[in-house]
Amino acid sequence: MKRALWFAALLTAGSASSSVSANPYEKQLSNGMRVIVKEDHRAPTAVHMVWYRAGAMDEQDGYSGVAHVLEHMMFKGTSTVKGGEFNRIVAEAGGRDNAFTSLDYTAYFQIVPNTALPRMMELEADRMANLRLTAADFASELKVVMEERRTRTEDNPQGLVYEALNATAYRAHPYRRPIIGWMNDLENMTWQDAHDWYRRWYVPNNAYLLVVGDVDHARVFRDAERTYGRVKARALPVRKPQKEPAQTGVKRVTVKAPAKLPYIAMAWKVPRLKDVEHDREQYALEVLAGVLDGNDAARLSKSLVRSQKLAQSAGAGYDGTVRGEAMFILDGQPAEGRTVAELEAALRAELQRVADEGITADELARIKTQVIAGEVYKRDSMMAQAMEIGRFEASGFSWRDYDKLLEKIRAVTAEEVQAVAKKYFGDDTLTVAVLDPQPIDESQPKKKSAVPVRH
Amino acid sequence: MRILLAALVMALSAAAHAGVKIEHWVAPSGARVYFVETHDLPILDVEVDFSAGSAYDPPGKAGLAGLTANLLDGGAGDLDEEAISARLVDIGARMGGVAESDRAGVTLRTLAWPKERAAALALLQLVLARPTFPEAVVAREKARSIAAIQEADTRPDAISAKRFAAAIYPDHPYGVSATVESVGRLGRDDLAAFHRDHYSARRAVVSIIGDVSRAEAERIAQSLTEALPAGLPEAPLPDVKLPTAATIKVAHPAAQSHIHVGLPAVRRGDPDYFALLVGNYSLGGGGFVSRLMKEVREKRGYAYSVYSYIAPRKLEGPFEMGMQTKREQAGDALKVANDVLAGFIKGGPTEAELAAAKKNLIDGLGLRIDSNAKLLGYLATIGFFNLPLSYLDDFPARVAAVTAKGVREAFARHVKAEHLVTVIVAAD
Repeated sequence: MKRALWFAALLTAGSASSSVSANPYEKQLSNGMRVIVKEDHRAPTAVHMVWYRAGAMDEQDGYSGVAHVLEHMMFKGTSTVKGGEFNRIVAEAGGRDNAFTSLDYTAYFQIVPNTALPRMMELEADRMANLRLTAADFASELKVVMEERRTRTEDNPQGLVYEALNATAYRAHPYRRPIIGWMNDLENMTWQDAHDWYRRWYVPNNAYLLVVGDVDHARVFRDAERTYGRVKARALPVRKPQKEPAQTGVKRVTVKAPAKLPYIAMAWKVPRLKDVEHDREQYALEVLAGVLDGNDAARLSKSLVRSQKLAQSAGAGYDGTVRGEAMFILDGQPAEGRTVAELEAALRAELQRVADEGITADELARIKTQVIAGEVYKRDSMMAQAMEIGRFEASGFSWRDYDKLLEKIRAVTAEEVQAVAKKYFGDDTLTVAVLDPQPIDESQPKKKSAVPVRH
Repeated sequence: MRILLAALVMALSAAAHAGVKIEHWVAPSGARVYFVETHDLPILDVEVDFSAGSAYDPPGKAGLAGLTANLLDGGAGDLDEEAISARLVDIGARMGGVAESDRAGVTLRTLAWPKERAAALALLQLVLARPTFPEAVVAREKARSIAAIQEADTRPDAISAKRFAAAIYPDHPYGVSATVESVGRLGRDDLAAFHRDHYSARRAVVSIIGDVSRAEAERIAQSLTEALPAGLPEAPLPDVKLPTAATIKVAHPAAQSHIHVGLPAVRRGDPDYFALLVGNYSLGGGGFVSRLMKEVREKRGYAYSVYSYIAPRKLEGPFEMGMQTKREQAGDALKVANDVLAGFIKGGPTEAELAAAKKNLIDGLGLRIDSNAKLLGYLATIGFFNLPLSYLDDFPARVAAVTAKGVREAFARHVKAEHLVTVIVAAD
């Protein structure tokens, strides 16, 4: 889910419901778990997801990656269901299943023929309470996670840059740690660490259930009572805010890795969405990201890639619906023969152009058209609808406010976009991470602990 | 994410779903048309494919098919690239490219409301029939393409994929990848000629799904294809020759070895397809429940991603088994995977595996076609490869009819050890 945080484009923020009818439906179980059901009867499919409000940001130093490792361990069986059995049952029902861990949450899903939904609910509720963690399973799965880290990060130059960017931008806030975990933390992780994590966070009062598909919400509510409703609530640990102190000067970090093209990512600290009704700037930042990189006619590609031929690629992203802190990110690869410094200057110039001259009525209208079209297209995918509700809820909002959020984005004015472009892009809150490409020395395997992060 | 192998090219591994009615006709232009009418959502999806994939790149000009497809919207008719993208964005439409070894083309998703639909289809018609390939745009995209190739040539995953294709398809267009030199040779006249020769109505397959009537779909298909160039008749591709078993090691400093094992295996429409599909599910296509996943990942923790797939093409498409694993243990991990493969080829699936595979493939049919976007993919594939219109309806029976003996015999015919090529990038 890392890339999603990078480039969380405006359109990923579709609406939970384009109608004012009762759909979706919501109910809270007596143990505190919330159940949200969106009926969609186009095809006999059901998407079943459980989201836990526990992600990498809830970890402590020395334990980075434990949220994700536990996600892997959740497939290893319970007191009554053998390891791998859940996967087997899903597969034989004709379905597929997986899970994902982000900074803010951990989520589990199955996409199945709707007739299999009650069984999924039984199995998911079972592993919420009865996970059987063994030292042998843990040791084996930890190796798998280290392989995952090698694929995603060690051998992926842009993954290394992203890791360095976060580790540099944040001094205090837990977003400084990678979701996958530092390799050394993984090497020292124990069975007990995973078990503690499970006991601490995997409770119904820290979770919500999402079902989207060809289902009857009343029946889902009854089945939820029968399954999840039996899991006992427990008190959750206190969550410390761990707010990032104000940054007071530009930070720069360089990552060396085998590659050909350099790459630059520039991240400014900006506000996250807190109050759907009263916030304004956050919506203007969303529109700014859209104007820069939200569609095929957006400014960065048009100006830097196509017109000036200065960039191989260029992008912008802002995700304001997060539990922690928000950043506005510009990134790109310089074109052959151009430098990172030139690209950095050009990216800054695009922001300055919005600050000086504002945006056109056409550009603003396009963003709004994209929102409407995105809403319609989203209805072609049950998983997309479920993900949207899930992510919005994960950052502490209710799906009920989603239409309002869209309305607010569509109400943003050109002046508001210009105002945020002027206000938020000074050097004092900026972190710049650069990939310094290294020639491939075929005789030199990379050192095991070569995680080139420099503060 | 727990698995990376999202799109395990099971491609046509799905599914008949009662109620999907595929209509087929030939437009007056000569284009073949495949259509599903559905009015649930105000969306129209269109895909137009041509026999114009990379397999048709002229010798020495690898990359031409891809660049041509990529630059259809680089300028068309009187419109420049900025006008095309602005018009698309103004109506909320999205255009995408298709660039494979056999086929190339364009996808369009638009709101089905009259104004938006008409404007989007007019743009699609223009980019298909009258691309201008402006000199400056071609020069810029050549440079970007070359930079992307140079970048890819530093990445172990890209290196291993290219080396594998070259090794299993010696002396065949399927094995050729674009290089800095081959793209460097291309000029706008090459693109214009490739378009003129290959983007003809006779070589076109139009797939349409969404909120339009049959009569409207007929008009749409004709208007999209009536102004296409006359083109050349489709020249047959050379036969695929099977490679000799070999192990190729490529030095690279990566932490993980990238391993591919495989060979050219099966064509679209081959009678053994369903036996291979069902068998491969148990071997390495079925995600967490496959033998490879159990032996390599679950039992030994050797890999995050380990899989096998079959990807039929017009000619023999690849069977491939692959994984990434810490380089120090690559030899051990590969031995486990090879043992699994050899055991499967020899013994086939157990009765329990066979039953499980059939249940997933048959009962999962509905899920694989539960959106317009997913159905469009099936329509386009059925159309392009001339599969029976009843493909989706027949699917459950064809899967159900597969026997363990049938799987063994199909693997014996299509996956022979004496032709298996192994490529290891970042080998110790």
